[in-house]
Amino acid sequence: MAILEVEQIHKSFGKTEVLKGIDFSMEEGQVVSVIGSSGSGKTTLLRCITGLETADRGKITVGGRVTFDAARKGKLSMAEKRQNQLCTGLVFQSFNLFPQYTALRNVTLAKEFLVKEACKKEQCDRAEIKARLTAIDEEAKALLLSVGLSDKLNSYPCELSGGQQQRVAIARALMLSPQVLCFDEPTSALDPEITNEVLAVIRKLANEGRTMLIVTHEMGFAREVSNEIIFMHDGVIAERGAPDVVFDQPKNARLREFLSAMLHA
Amino acid sequence: MFWSVTVSLLEGFGKTLELFLLTLLFALPLGLVFSFGSMSRFRPLKWLVRALIWVIRGTPLMLQLIVIYYGPGLIGSQVAALGSQNPFLQWLGTWSVMDRFVAALIAFVINYACYFSEIYRGGIESISKGQYEAGQVLGMTKTQVFFRVVLLQVVKRIVPPMSNEIITLVKDTSLARIIAVYEVIWAGQAFIKSDGLLWPLFYTGAFYLVFVGLLSLLFGRIEKKLDYFRG
Repeated sequence: MAILEVEQIHKSFGKTEVLKGIDFSMEEGQVVSVIGSSGSGKTTLLRCITGLETADRGKITVGGRVTFDAARKGKLSMAEKRQNQLCTGLVFQSFNLFPQYTALRNVTLAKEFLVKEACKKEQCDRAEIKARLTAIDEEAKALLLSVGLSDKLNSYPCELSGGQQQRVAIARALMLSPQVLCFDEPTSALDPEITNEVLAVIRKLANEGRTMLIVTHEMGFAREVSNEIIFMHDGVIAERGAPDVVFDQPKNARLREFLSAMLHA
Repeated sequence: MFWSVTVSLLEGFGKTLELFLLTLLFALPLGLVFSFGSMSRFRPLKWLVRALIWVIRGTPLMLQLIVIYYGPGLIGSQVAALGSQNPFLQWLGTWSVMDRFVAALIAFVINYACYFSEIYRGGIESISKGQYEAGQVLGMTKTQVFFRVVLLQVVKRIVPPMSNEIITLVKDTSLARIIAVYEVIWAGQAFIKSDGLLWPLFYTGAFYLVFVGLLSLLFGRIEKKLDYFRG
């Protein structure tokens, strides 16, 4: 069964229709990259999937759980909304780390809230709470180690380079073990030479079998790391397929234009 | 003489400090409530709060002190003269002049809450949308995002304008003199009548100066303390 299923997603801002009926699905462990020129609706699609925007029409299912259904009547409870939110993770173009917390605290903060709430519900004693919080700390340290930042645990975001900040942001998203991890142009705000350290981390995650949906302008990287490429143009999926096919034998005229423009950039 | 004047002025300044501290105590949180009101998506509330802020910022604090001190008594006597049997009007008829200090406190709290609320609003609106979105995708509730992510960043940004406003408040307490609240200016003026001395009134300035100096040091410390992060 598909881990992510997107059906007939429509989204307008005012009079401009940004998404005109998006359908696709991805399997567990797959990496799908979304490419396309700016204004094609890539980011809006990602924001609809991660719940930052509410689509006007359509349905989104993550791991069998319907996280969004425009036809649904009645309001969701806070707990349900949160459960839906935690199905997906998102890494932003501009990192959006919390500046007043250390790298480690950035990673643990959200999980800490969840654990404390769970403890309150289960009425666990102090020792139990402490044990769980220590476990979170250990988990976060391991994650920061895996993104190569074990020596920056206690650094504040302003003391880190862009690449390091983005790697903290990736660890922060992983901490909540989302079923689908989304990336919104994760390297667009970075210097070309720093881009590689972030791409290396994503590549590693792909090799570990993480399910990832990546909006990117890094064509070489998308080709190398993805199982499937989606090319969006003007609010629709204009072409999709295996990377070799999409990049070497593009059928869509717009895609051909886009690729040659990227190549000669 | 100098010593007895100092003691007398210190006593007056104690009242000034009391007014200052109580105003802060109530106006700081009330300002936050006002700022939420002025940013509310519920239009009537938003316009009501904004209208209040307009009136309070648009009229002199001295006038507000007079209205709050004399207003209730004026309403009370006028309504009582009507001799109505309506329970609400009868209740209004019982209104009389309240304690001077309480009246001054109410006027200061409302006035400063309005100014604080605009500073809070500026601070809150200057935080990037990305911070809220990051909190949301991490499954935090709106309350958690506000109190655990946004608030400290807001505090850092508003320390300089708040210091300004709070220092102004120290000196504005002297306006309470207009409704005869006993404070340091009053204490200084008293020597003109009793001993024919003008210098004690001038001397009150030193008390303000020292206190504002201490406050400036405190705010400098807070700024430094929040210097560990940028954003």
